[in-house]
Amino acid sequence: MYPAQFDYRRAGSVDEALGLLQEHEDAKLMAGGHSLIPMMKLRLAQPPVVIDIGRLDELKGISEAGGGVRVGALTTHADIAASDILAASCPVLAEAAGHIGDAQVRNRGTIGGNIAHADPGSDLPPVLVLLGASVHLQSPSGARSVAAADFFQDLLMTDVGEDEILTHVDVPAQSAGAGAAYLKFEHPASGYAVVGAAASVTVQHGRCTAAGLVIGGVGAVPTAVDVSSLVGADLSDDAIATAASGLDTEDPLGDIFASGDYRVHVGKVYGKRALAAARDRA
Amino acid sequence: MAGVLGTSIKRREDPALITGRGKYTDDLLVEGMAHAAIVRSPYAHARIRGIDTSAAKTYPGVVAVLTARDVAAAGIPGMVPVGWLLPDLKTPAHPMIAADTVRHVGDAVAVVVAEDRYVARDAAERVAVDYEPLDAVADVVAALEDGAPTVHDDAPGNVAFDWEIGEKDPVDAAFAQAAHTVELDLRNNRLIPHAIEPRAALASYDSSTGVMTIHMTSQNPHVHRLLMTLASLGMPEHKVRIVAPEVGGGFGSKIHHYADEAIVGLCSLKLDRPVKWTATRTETNLTDAHGRDHSTHCAMAFDGDGRITGLRVDTKAAMGAYLSTFAPAVPTYLYGTLMSGQYDIPAIHCHVTGVFTHTAPVDAYRGAGRPEATFVVERLMHLAGEATGLGPIEVRKRNFVPADAFPYQTQVALAYDSGNYGPAMDRALEMIGYDDLCREQASRRGNGNGRRQMGIGFSSYIEACGLAPSAVVGSLGAQAGQWESADVRVHPTGSVTVYTGSSSHGQGHETTFSQIVADRLGVAPEAVEVIHGDTDLVQFGMGTYGSRSAAVGGSAIAGSVDKIIEKGKKIAAHLLEAAAEDLEYEDGSFRVAGSPDRALGLGDVALQAYLAHNYPDDLEPGLSATTFYDPANFTYPFGTHVCVVEVDTETGSIELLRYTAVDDVGNVINPMIVDGQLHGGLAQGIGQALWENAVYDDSGQLVSGSLMDYALPKIHNLIQFELDRTTTPCPHNPLGVKGVGEAGAIASPPAVVNAVVDALKPFGVTHIDMPLTPEKVWRAVNAD
Ligand SMILES: Cc1cc2nc3c(=O)[nH]c(=O)nc-3n(C[C@H](O)[C@H](O)[C@H](O)COP(=O)(O)OP(=O)(O)OC[C@H]3O[C@@H](n4cnc5c(N)ncnc54)[C@H](O)[C@@H]3O)c2cc1C
Repeated sequence: MYPAQFDYRRAGSVDEALGLLQEHEDAKLMAGGHSLIPMMKLRLAQPPVVIDIGRLDELKGISEAGGGVRVGALTTHADIAASDILAASCPVLAEAAGHIGDAQVRNRGTIGGNIAHADPGSDLPPVLVLLGASVHLQSPSGARSVAAADFFQDLLMTDVGEDEILTHVDVPAQSAGAGAAYLKFEHPASGYAVVGAAASVTVQHGRCTAAGLVIGGVGAVPTAVDVSSLVGADLSDDAIATAASGLDTEDPLGDIFASGDYRVHVGKVYGKRALAAARDRA
Repeated sequence: MAGVLGTSIKRREDPALITGRGKYTDDLLVEGMAHAAIVRSPYAHARIRGIDTSAAKTYPGVVAVLTARDVAAAGIPGMVPVGWLLPDLKTPAHPMIAADTVRHVGDAVAVVVAEDRYVARDAAERVAVDYEPLDAVADVVAALEDGAPTVHDDAPGNVAFDWEIGEKDPVDAAFAQAAHTVELDLRNNRLIPHAIEPRAALASYDSSTGVMTIHMTSQNPHVHRLLMTLASLGMPEHKVRIVAPEVGGGFGSKIHHYADEAIVGLCSLKLDRPVKWTATRTETNLTDAHGRDHSTHCAMAFDGDGRITGLRVDTKAAMGAYLSTFAPAVPTYLYGTLMSGQYDIPAIHCHVTGVFTHTAPVDAYRGAGRPEATFVVERLMHLAGEATGLGPIEVRKRNFVPADAFPYQTQVALAYDSGNYGPAMDRALEMIGYDDLCREQASRRGNGNGRRQMGIGFSSYIEACGLAPSAVVGSLGAQAGQWESADVRVHPTGSVTVYTGSSSHGQGHETTFSQIVADRLGVAPEAVEVIHGDTDLVQFGMGTYGSRSAAVGGSAIAGSVDKIIEKGKKIAAHLLEAAAEDLEYEDGSFRVAGSPDRALGLGDVALQAYLAHNYPDDLEPGLSATTFYDPANFTYPFGTHVCVVEVDTETGSIELLRYTAVDDVGNVINPMIVDGQLHGGLAQGIGQALWENAVYDDSGQLVSGSLMDYALPKIHNLIQFELDRTTTPCPHNPLGVKGVGEAGAIASPPAVVNAVVDALKPFGVTHIDMPLTPEKVWRAVNAD
């Protein structure tokens, strides 16, 4: 559990961090360090330089912005879980953040680090895809944003470029009549999600007008399930079960704890349960 | 002091440990200390063609790089020994650093010593070992198949031993005539001990005196010294000092003599400077002796009344790549001898094959053999409840050894000294509210086999602990005695220091041993200091394992206290001008019977013992006594545990609803500590049943080598245990105590599995191998 030699730099601003990234090849940004440091201790990552962005206040905090919520990249899971703003306008994100690891992990880990690391068992990615969040990135040449659904590319691979910093995530506010839920099937060892099911259902005038379901843990990236059959339907348990059973992953992940087949099965069960919970909250 | 025995005084160890002031091996800093990193095989089986250490040697900060050649050059024996022999046991050599062949991932091939531990690690990666990978076999069943890769040429077919106990013919006859039989093929899953403190050693060789001092994570410092003298370092015992500072748990894994501590000793010897090594968690998982790993076929026969007539057990037990210290004893004398359980079984036969595999060695781990035996017996009893139609309670009660049948001679060597099994079960049934549970279960089943099924599982266990009568274990192959020693010294002012050979590694010896002295000698527990874990301070002792500390170590202390009181009476009689026979000792004073005002306190007598001014002619000065207590028998704790689970049949997830344990551990010294031992043991046993699993792939890689994959129980996975006790004192030791350290881990796995199988009865499920992961449960529910 001893990392290889590395240099440590602390950035005082986003610009300084971007400059350091340019200056040092193969450098790694460090936010909460709760994914990076374990990788370094196992020597799976051996960056020559670690750039600590953990104290950049400009990237911290939760605010209302443009009819949605802006969450700074360095906002901790604990702050997300406890946010009044999110509780009011997007409680499912807070719910998911509250399921992450334990108190220490939630106090250190950040939303930016969580999604930039993109572990397939992470809790936040399926929720952000479900919500249609956008991820904002900054590089020396400017800023851009990318839809969460496009941000996650493969196992531990995202759209963050080598010269970019993730600055914030914009989450649309939940519409009236919407209910959403996140259900987690926890790995008994790691505590990560074997399956994480994020579901939303909008009911207006007694009719389902929108529904979404995204499953984490089953594939390399969050898997969206087509549940459009629920729109206009009665949202009965049967209808929900049928919709959730549409989960389809070509090459599901598997390990010694849960095979691919089993993960897909649990994805369907948890998808069903998450949709039912969302319905009950709508 | 009256009332101190049997009370939950707080652990005196805790304030320092909880506030981070306890000194563990890795906390020790010595002037001039260097750090070792051990280079380990990444292959399960390979020939070493060559080792190039040049890049590591020239890495800045590196002091030395040693390989097997340096072991040979040092002229030391360099072997890791096995300390328990069985008839015809194959004992292939286990060099402390592999010379030409590596036999498991983690086998040591070289050691790098550097000025700091980071540099040592960096340089270890620069030791270039040229391996020729060979076929490996990690699975205990596969290792016995024709054509399996061979672990040791001198153990053909990978058989380490072939052992049996009991008589086969009567068992065959019982099966031939049986009214009911039940049988089971099971795997007892391999476990990794996971003491919270990884193994560590700090070796300091002093060339001016020729003395080697090794501070290390040891459950038994004298045993480690003995084995190092005999097999690895080869230095004479009077030139070796082993010190176990605070030790952060062991569960058996710190009993054994590993290569690593000897390697660190060699480094210090060669370099003439202190060298420290602390295992990483990964190293610990690869090299600590694992537990369990059995493949077993077992069957039980019954007559028409549901009485057991025979038990047949055939087990393949993994030994791993080398025989660890007590490895051969664990699946034999600590396993086959337990097969009678709490039951009167007229015919038992147990056959065990010890098997070499290309994995970490397997040795004693909390319970050591007894959890595996209990699992066999209690799983079969569950099936028998179904097969005979008697149900889980009646089938057990009908077969309990009756309370008036003790001492009871089993068919597998052990003679149970005492027991009373019915009341423990009755109390457990009462606490759990069995009838209500049955009604609830019936309603869930009636409900069209709803998604959430409930199951109730029992385990009525026996264990043999308090290891053990030396002559008995000697006749069974132990290369060491199993007595314990205590030197109790009363100081001139009446305070007391106890030197015990029983070496605590978290159990609370300092608290409970002081309670024993306080009770017997009538002093305050605070007036008693307990010293352990240092071969230079303490007379030879055997250490802490096998739930032996109270029963054997505590009894030795009681013996010494009694000798002190006897001597004190003579001194007091002289001072009080009375006859020694007329003196009584009570509450810390010597009194002349019938004349309450003629009395002397312990301090007064102790002072005279050291002044010896006014003193009996025929008595030596001083007030101390040493006892080497060799028990007459094992002790036999027992009890009944009941587990209630809910199974989500849609996903296979299991939720613990209730866990009740009624244990009989004899007299209790400190109820809080006893409960704590049970809680820990239960967590480990439930962990084995539901989560823990050491998995090697076909090439011999440990795929559950980190805590990301190896699931230890966490606090939120467990529930509040409901505990109670019955008390049947041990009849043959002075304290009437038995042992409690392993009971929870021994009893609980079958209770949990029986509960899950019971929940899934409507689905026709009769067995699922541990750990009961949701996927396995789901597959069992959905099997055709
Ligand atoms: C014991 C434990 C349990 C855990 N359990 C869970 C769990 O149950 N569910 C779960 O979802 N997660 C879990 N995690 C992971 C946790 O959420 C991490 O905090 C998170 O994955 C990474 O966040 P961080 O701030 O610590 O990132 P870091 O470790 O600092 O960084 C992770 C990666 O992201 C990059 N990065 C960080 N910030 C930025 C940025 N602003 N811009 C660009 N790149 C950036 C880094 O360079 C690095 O590659 C667990 C972690 C631990 C240690």
